[in-house]
Order: sequence, then C-alpha cells, then structure tokens
Amino acid sequence: MNIVSQENQKTGQQSTQQTAYVAPYVDIEATDSGYGLYVEMPGVNREGIEITVEEGNLIVAGHREPLAVSGEPLHRETRQLDFRRVYELDPSIDASKISARIEQGILTVNLPKAENLKPRRIALD
Amino acid sequence: MNVIRYQNQGRSDLAHAFDRFAALRDEMDRLFNNSYGPVFRTPGSFSRWAPALDVYQDKDQFTVVAELPGLKKEDIELSLQNGVLTISGERKQEKKSEEGYRNERFFGRFQRSVTLPTGVDSSKVKATYEDGILKVALPKAEEAKPKKIEVSVG
Repeated sequence: MNIVSQENQKTGQQSTQQTAYVAPYVDIEATDSGYGLYVEMPGVNREGIEITVEEGNLIVAGHREPLAVSGEPLHRETRQLDFRRVYELDPSIDASKISARIEQGILTVNLPKAENLKPRRIALD
Repeated sequence: MNVIRYQNQGRSDLAHAFDRFAALRDEMDRLFNNSYGPVFRTPGSFSRWAPALDVYQDKDQFTVVAELPGLKKEDIELSLQNGVLTISGERKQEKKSEEGYRNERFFGRFQRSVTLPTGVDSSKVKATYEDGILKVALPKAEEAKPKKIEVSVG
C-alpha cells in the first residue's frame, strides 16, 4: 500500500514504553489531489494538537485537558489519555503543504500531493 | 444507577472486526431481503454506535459527560423523563468525497440513557457542547440533597 495508512510499529512500541496513549478513530479519504485525515479527538482543543513530520512519518497527537467536572465519578467509560497515531507518509505528499484544523473534537488534516505528481491531462500541441 | 448500551468500550481490534462483520451482515441482509430474520437482530447489535459516557456526582448536582466528536449542536437531543436522561442524535459524515480510503469512524443515529440515582430539578438542567464533549449538569432536587440535622440535647 502506497498511502498514509500503515501504522508505524517501531514508534508504536516506543510510545507504550513511555506514556500510554489512546489511538483515535480515523477516517482517511483519498482524492486526486491528496489525502484527508479525519481524526476523532474529543476533549482536545487547538492548543492540545501537535502534528509533526519526522523521518517520513506523520505523527498526530492530541493532549486533552482534565475534564472540568466537580464531584466523584459514579460511572466512567471515557479514558482521559492523550491521543496519538503515527502514519507513514507517502512520498507523493508535499510535507510543507500539510494543513490542519480542529472543530468539535474532529481534527482534519489535509495532505496534498506535490504539484508535479498530481494527475493531469496533457494537451496535444 | 443504570447506564445502558455502550459497545465501544475497550475499542479493541476484535470489536472493530465485529463492527465490520456487522456492517457486512447488514449488507447481506439487504441483499438477501433479510432472509436471516430477526435472529441476528438483537438490541445489543454491534452495528450501532454509542458514545462513551461518564457520570459524576457532588452534593448539589450530577454531571453527565459524553464524548461526541463531530456533531453540530442542533443534532444533539436531550430529554429527561422519570429520572432518566436520554442523549440521542445523529452524526453526519463531513467528508466531501464518497470514496473512503479507510474508515474506522461511526456515523448515524445514536442513543444512550442514564437512570439518575436521585431526583433532579428538571427546570435547572444545563447542557454545553465544546471540543466534542457534551456536558449535562443536572442539579439535584431539594429533597435529594444531603441535609445536616442538628441534634438538640434537651
């Protein structure tokens, strides 16, 4: 597979040794111009997002602030751990043009292909 | 206190596999005009999704917290009846193109209910939705609050 999909095993192991993370649910869409990542990060705001490109890997991390709730928990299902996921970047992606935004806990990452790699129609002379 | 129906707990690969299987089964059901009948249609079917939910209590109120990333305020419905708080709604897909490369997220309708341990003042319930987290504050009814009773020594 030549896309952004494969989880990087090595980094995954490292992260479990250091800190516990939750892997967020992610949808990936592929278009002619690149890829879009839709990452579910409830409880994470702008300041908590950290996106890094390192050695051909895209690392998407989200830090959540502790829930501002008073009292004792009676029932708990949420896990108050930070989110983290690592993807191998396809070489066709222009890392300098990656952009992202977060809205109501959904992080959208745009991974555009380099201009010269986009499919295009060649006109005849 | 009872909290019902939550299938995403643990979020294991196995659960994912079941989700995928359930989706496939739904497809098959449609394809074969639901010839399997109701046998596989249990209420706890893996094909539904449900948000993770916490309940907190202090002396004055309960707070119900639900993880609901990617909704619009208008798409969340709250109801309180006979001490049961129900959170429901619909999550719509924000993607532009139809073809997904890899899909792990859940879309569609959801519903969760929480039976609150004591009475609440329904007129004072407040809800906020921020960073994909729904918080519902339910002040306890006056008679449900703990009271200090002075012992008089006569």
